[in-house]
Amino acid sequence: MRATENAHAAYLEAQAEFAVAHEGEPSFLSALRAAGMASFADQGFPSRRREEWRDTNLSKITREPFVRVDGGLTAQVRLDGALGGLGGNDVAFVDGGYREDLSRTAVVPGLSVESLAMARNLEPEWLDGRLGAQVDVKVHPFAALNTAFLDDGAICKLDPGAQVSDPIRFRFAASAEVDRGISHPRVLIEAEAGSRACIVLDFTTLGSAVHLTNCVIEVRVGENAHLQLVTLQRESDAAMHFCTAGVEVARDAHFASHVVTLGGDMVRMDLEVLLAESGADCTMNGLFVASANQHIDHHTRIDHAVPRGTSRQLYKGVLDGKAKGVFRGRVLVRPDAQKTDASQSSPNLLLSRGAEVDAKPQLEIYADDVKCSHGSTIGQLEEDALFYLRTRGLDEDTARDLLTRGFAAEIIDSLPVSELRGPLERQLLARLGEGREGRSGS
Amino acid sequence: MAQVLEIRGLHARAGEKEILTGLDLEVGPGEVHAIMGPNGSGKSTLAGVLAGRPGIEVTAGEVRFEGADLLGLSPEVRAREGVFLAFQYPVEIPGVNNNYFLKASLNAVRSHRGQDELDAMDFLALCREKMARVEMPKELLSRPINDGFSGGEKKRNEILQMLLLEPKLSILDETDSGLDIDALRLVSEGVNALRSPERSMLVITHYQRLLDYVVPDFVHVLAEGRIVRSGGKELALELEETGYRSLESQTAATNP
Repeated sequence: MRATENAHAAYLEAQAEFAVAHEGEPSFLSALRAAGMASFADQGFPSRRREEWRDTNLSKITREPFVRVDGGLTAQVRLDGALGGLGGNDVAFVDGGYREDLSRTAVVPGLSVESLAMARNLEPEWLDGRLGAQVDVKVHPFAALNTAFLDDGAICKLDPGAQVSDPIRFRFAASAEVDRGISHPRVLIEAEAGSRACIVLDFTTLGSAVHLTNCVIEVRVGENAHLQLVTLQRESDAAMHFCTAGVEVARDAHFASHVVTLGGDMVRMDLEVLLAESGADCTMNGLFVASANQHIDHHTRIDHAVPRGTSRQLYKGVLDGKAKGVFRGRVLVRPDAQKTDASQSSPNLLLSRGAEVDAKPQLEIYADDVKCSHGSTIGQLEEDALFYLRTRGLDEDTARDLLTRGFAAEIIDSLPVSELRGPLERQLLARLGEGREGRSGS
Repeated sequence: MAQVLEIRGLHARAGEKEILTGLDLEVGPGEVHAIMGPNGSGKSTLAGVLAGRPGIEVTAGEVRFEGADLLGLSPEVRAREGVFLAFQYPVEIPGVNNNYFLKASLNAVRSHRGQDELDAMDFLALCREKMARVEMPKELLSRPINDGFSGGEKKRNEILQMLLLEPKLSILDETDSGLDIDALRLVSEGVNALRSPERSMLVITHYQRLLDYVVPDFVHVLAEGRIVRSGGKELALELEETGYRSLESQTAATNP
């Protein structure tokens, strides 16, 4: 308990210094930061007594404070190239700070991609009211902490009717050179009416130190717009990764989220989608793969606030070694949200005896004319299938890999950027391979 | 020269239940042996023992393949050495592409035999040729393994694998079950295409029908876990007329 309090005190002090250093910036920003800090001071790091945090043990975070790093501004680094190049915009951030030297920007009609550090002086009016609109810092302590240190980030705007064919990639690399460094990446996406685009957020680690990435993603999908958002978390085994994402979907708009979580020692992602106007549609796909002692926690919340909304959720977990996975999916159908069509499914695959998964769908339905389904399963590789593959000459490890890949394929194959599929599949198998070495060695 | 397959005094059980109770069988090079018998006589257990299915425990006896112990080998090594089991119920594996699987399988077997692995192009050419032989629709290659295949398509996929892997000993476990007459003819043609002086087969079936197409050199009758009668192909016809019931009295008579 004392350690936790000390941890809070360190962040309060650091934020006071941070605020002084950022004096003179637009007043809405200072107000946001102050509100974020107040919320964090109020809540602190959540204890497991809070229902939403019951499955997440934060002792690795609260044991000692993390220190804010922005060394990324100048350091010479090489970004991870495992996923290869994509066409179009490829914008890099190190420790949350924009790096022009590592970015490639392309001029695309109707699209603007910029850094928050620049935008805050050029268009404070546009940002005011949008930044912080989709994530409530009063209920999300990590988002509150992010907001308290709000500095730089990625801003992506799609003008009405803009059709962007190439994926827009934002890379967020953590330098991880200093032990227990923390960075607070921030993403703000505004897709105006009738626009269409695919955005890839790719989180990686450069160094080997223990670090904490504390990210906030805010998205608004305007009327009749189509937005695909791919979130890849490929950080190191020493990474703590917390991500709070809030999405608002307008009338007849389509939003699809594809989350692939492979990295990190302690990971939690909260994704909340509000279907704010009638006819809004949302797909939430997720795949998490954990081995060794990883803890990977995905919380989703879909809010059907108005009639005729549809949501499809499919979260798959693959757990090996002594890893622990958590999936908690809340579906809220409000009294007005008649004709809602919601489905949620979370199949999980356990590859070892020591692995554990906790999958809890949670439906709260207050309307009567709705179609809602949910289900979660926890299983092992099928013995019959393993035997079948082995009778065709494949050794046991290869057969297991093939079946595991088959389990993950539903998510990987549905990724809207086909170039990502092969490399991600290889990373997934490499991660499980490491888990296997660990297992046979023990 | 050693026999391809020698089974001596084989006892095996699944769980508590003893299913094979002292089975002896020899299969020479190029020979086709049919194993017939009523349900529950141990036909599929025999297939399972030979392929190394988990959950079946051999309690006594030995099985030698080309003169060497077979039971100590893992299922994959048996396959690479040339033992092939065509499943009665081929397993559906969603998410794993048939083409990828077949290529991985063939290359695992080829590299074990000291042959070069085939690249994607060469594999596809070979696979198309074999598929034509069993009239398997091309699109089944790009689908997940057996996923949503009809009964006949699954069996053709089994025979396709057999044609690709060119095993020395093929065990067909009730390959005729669930097939209409056209599919049965196609599957049999696939099997017959592989008949040669170097390749032996064990055809396990409940009915005589398959043996009209794949004509065996020997027919054995399995009852209560052991072979109770052996003969030529005419034995199958006899059984078709008299049924297995007539055998049961014989078994009772021959049991000590």
